[in-house]
Amino acid sequence: MLRSFISLILLSTCSLALASEVNIYSARQEQLIKPLLDQFTQETGIKVNLVTGDADALLSRLQSEGDLSPADLLITTDAGRLHRAKEAGVLQSIDSVVLEQRVPAHYQDTDNQWFGLSLRARPIFYNKDSVDPKQLSTYEALAQPEFKGRVCIRSSANIYNQSLIASMVAAVGEEATLEFTKSLVKNFARPPKGGDRDQISAVANGICDIAIANTYYFGGMTQSKNASEIEATEKVAIFWPNQEGRGTHVNISGAGVVKTAKNKQQAIQLLEFLVNNDSQAWYANANFEYPVVAGVNANETLQSWGSFKADTVNLSRLGELNRQAVIIMDKAGWR
Amino acid sequence: MKFASKWLQGLPWHLWPLLLIIAILLTPIIAVLSSFFQGAAPSWPHLAETVLWQYTLNSIYLVLGVGFGVLALGVSSAWFVARFEFFGRRQFEWLLLLPLSMPAYIIAYTYTGILDFSGPVQSFIRQTFSVGYGDYYFPEIRSIGGAIIMMSLVLYPYVYLLARTSFKNQSQSLADAGKTLGLSPWQSFYRIALPVARPAIIAGTVLALMETLADYGTVQYFGVNVFSTGIFRAWFGLDDALAARQLASVLLFMVFALLLLERLAKSKASYSVSGTSKSSSRRTLTPVIGALVSLGCGLLLFFGFLLPFIQLLYWALFESTKGFDQEYWQLLGNSLKLAGITSFLTVLLALLLSYSQRLWPSKLFSGGVFIAGLGYAIPGTIIAVGVMAPFSWLDHAIHDFFENYSDINTGLLLSGTLFILVFAYMVRFLAVALGNIQSGLLNIHESLDDAAKSLGYSPWQSITRIHLPLLRPSLISAALLVFVDTLKELPATLVLRPFNFNTLAVKSFELANDEQLANAAPSVITIVLIGLIPVILLNTFMQRRQN
Repeated sequence: MLRSFISLILLSTCSLALASEVNIYSARQEQLIKPLLDQFTQETGIKVNLVTGDADALLSRLQSEGDLSPADLLITTDAGRLHRAKEAGVLQSIDSVVLEQRVPAHYQDTDNQWFGLSLRARPIFYNKDSVDPKQLSTYEALAQPEFKGRVCIRSSANIYNQSLIASMVAAVGEEATLEFTKSLVKNFARPPKGGDRDQISAVANGICDIAIANTYYFGGMTQSKNASEIEATEKVAIFWPNQEGRGTHVNISGAGVVKTAKNKQQAIQLLEFLVNNDSQAWYANANFEYPVVAGVNANETLQSWGSFKADTVNLSRLGELNRQAVIIMDKAGWR
Repeated sequence: MKFASKWLQGLPWHLWPLLLIIAILLTPIIAVLSSFFQGAAPSWPHLAETVLWQYTLNSIYLVLGVGFGVLALGVSSAWFVARFEFFGRRQFEWLLLLPLSMPAYIIAYTYTGILDFSGPVQSFIRQTFSVGYGDYYFPEIRSIGGAIIMMSLVLYPYVYLLARTSFKNQSQSLADAGKTLGLSPWQSFYRIALPVARPAIIAGTVLALMETLADYGTVQYFGVNVFSTGIFRAWFGLDDALAARQLASVLLFMVFALLLLERLAKSKASYSVSGTSKSSSRRTLTPVIGALVSLGCGLLLFFGFLLPFIQLLYWALFESTKGFDQEYWQLLGNSLKLAGITSFLTVLLALLLSYSQRLWPSKLFSGGVFIAGLGYAIPGTIIAVGVMAPFSWLDHAIHDFFENYSDINTGLLLSGTLFILVFAYMVRFLAVALGNIQSGLLNIHESLDDAAKSLGYSPWQSITRIHLPLLRPSLISAALLVFVDTLKELPATLVLRPFNFNTLAVKSFELANDEQLANAAPSVITIVLIGLIPVILLNTFMQRRQN
């Protein structure tokens, strides 16, 4: 009797939920989020509507739409943009015990306006033939003269590089970071071009010995249908820098509930869904990102790269320092 | 105010609605330009000290390089195709348009795939001569020179298309006059045909250069810092939207200069076709020169289209995990719908505007039309943001009105719909249609208007019976260019589209941007293939007209 009563309630909430929906503006590309959203719809009956695009452009759209905006949730691929959204006043603080407990403090906003959903690590990649990992230690060490003409990294227009430099400003200050950046630029093997995969390929091909890149690109290359990419990954290994100090630079993909959300409850429900164990494992299995929740089993490929200590700087700081980072990179002549 | 009213006095009432349309189209551009009166952005000292000079120089190199490239490729191919008979001419006539359907950033990705270190060409060199990295010279594709070549290869069809139409329409009597004067083919080219075709050629070049300045994808991938990348760096990196808009205004001033050049060229051109005389017949080339011309056209086609297309096809067939599923067909439908609507509306508006300009010359009106044509040179994201503000204002006004007088909650009526998206496309692509139609109208001598009047034709009759038939090639090429441009358009589509709405361009960009080029290949190939349909239609139409 009790059971049928509960199932009746469940059923009725389900049918209620069927009518409900949640609207997302996402800087995370469709193929890297849609499967999870479909799963969410299947489990809850809540319809998910999605617009993807550039984070800053979506933020502009949110701002110009104002209180009539249909958006409930803003998803970005870096903490800096979430911080910017918070500063622009388009997000709201939310109460969720689940999020509070599962997402570590330094991967969420101090006012609970945004939460990290997955981790993206940016370590050093080196050519196994030409580099002895004993020569490697920190990001800072890559500015040493011994690495002259040996380093590959993409353009400073890329947000991952901006965040990396911002994390350094947070750790060692503006002046030291400028000195480092200037020396690093002198060590470039070639003017920056292409994406992260290009840098890893360049290391494999001997164009340079060392690259800085996000691990999930490396993971993607190991699964490539292109034989030369798989070959490249076999010549390259990951080194986790700054393990004695602050840890390897990481960024998050994360999300915040929009201030004027019409479907706030559903938005929170979706956020909680995105940090459950299955979703967290999905990030690793589908895109080689690290789970943000501790204790979720990383997939085999990730485990083969070894464990590492991540920089625990509060990611809001990276947002605050982004502008300084770009100024520093301009001054250093990093294209 | 008094000044403005003086201008307005001479304006016939017919033009008022059009003026209103122009005013609406102008809002995003004015939003950009108005930034100049908001004081110096916080980042200016930093920009001036570090990167501004580099942006400027690189943009100038790029414009000069692409300008030279599209002129050389476009004019020469148009000249031979329009005036001479050689092996494969009938096919080349339309085949040479094919690169138009190839987005510049995609050709950049494919050529990088082919030519970079781990690509097939360099691997072949290394294996054949057993050399390693650094042992041999190989030009770096990802450089400013590479960017110039990539853009020239896909943008020359603008010049080709307009120049070819003009070369073809030049009357036989002009060519005959040249012969009588004893001019060699070369002399008759640069002393007669070229000056007569100059407005069309310059219009095409200006279009190509505006697109060059607005390009973001190619230069970004190649690591070349120009104004368009600087705009986004200021906005996204330095979080200084004002500096971004001010940089965009500087970009606009460059375009002003280009367009003034175009005006100058057009105003000097007093030549026009007298309408009735036959268009010139084709000369036959000697076998050797004919073979060289065929080879040249073939190479252009090969590098501008075939080679990247084959690479894409290879990716789509052998490396892509994406297929032609239901999602794919939906993307296809969306892209076609948007491109069709946009191309129809834009051409209609451009026709109305340029026709009114011809009938009722007015400085205010012409000035408005001139500025409305600037949208083509502004990066799509900037246009999109500029379009959002007025629409959001309108939506809020409508919402407040209904809320006050009824219980209806209208929400955002226009923002986040296809309406605003098509509007943004129109702002962006109006210049393309205007360029075609205006140069077409220039070729219709005003004596025809007088003749129509003396025959007792009403203005409407003279439009439908005289102007439209003569304009048809220009209208069709305008529609074709806008259609293909809309199909390829990315940044405005990304920001403005409604929920759960994707296009082929969006899909291919998202995959390519995630460095999954192979998976993007099916969508890109479709864009290219759809781009072929209007090209083929245009060609059959033109050939039917000739017969």
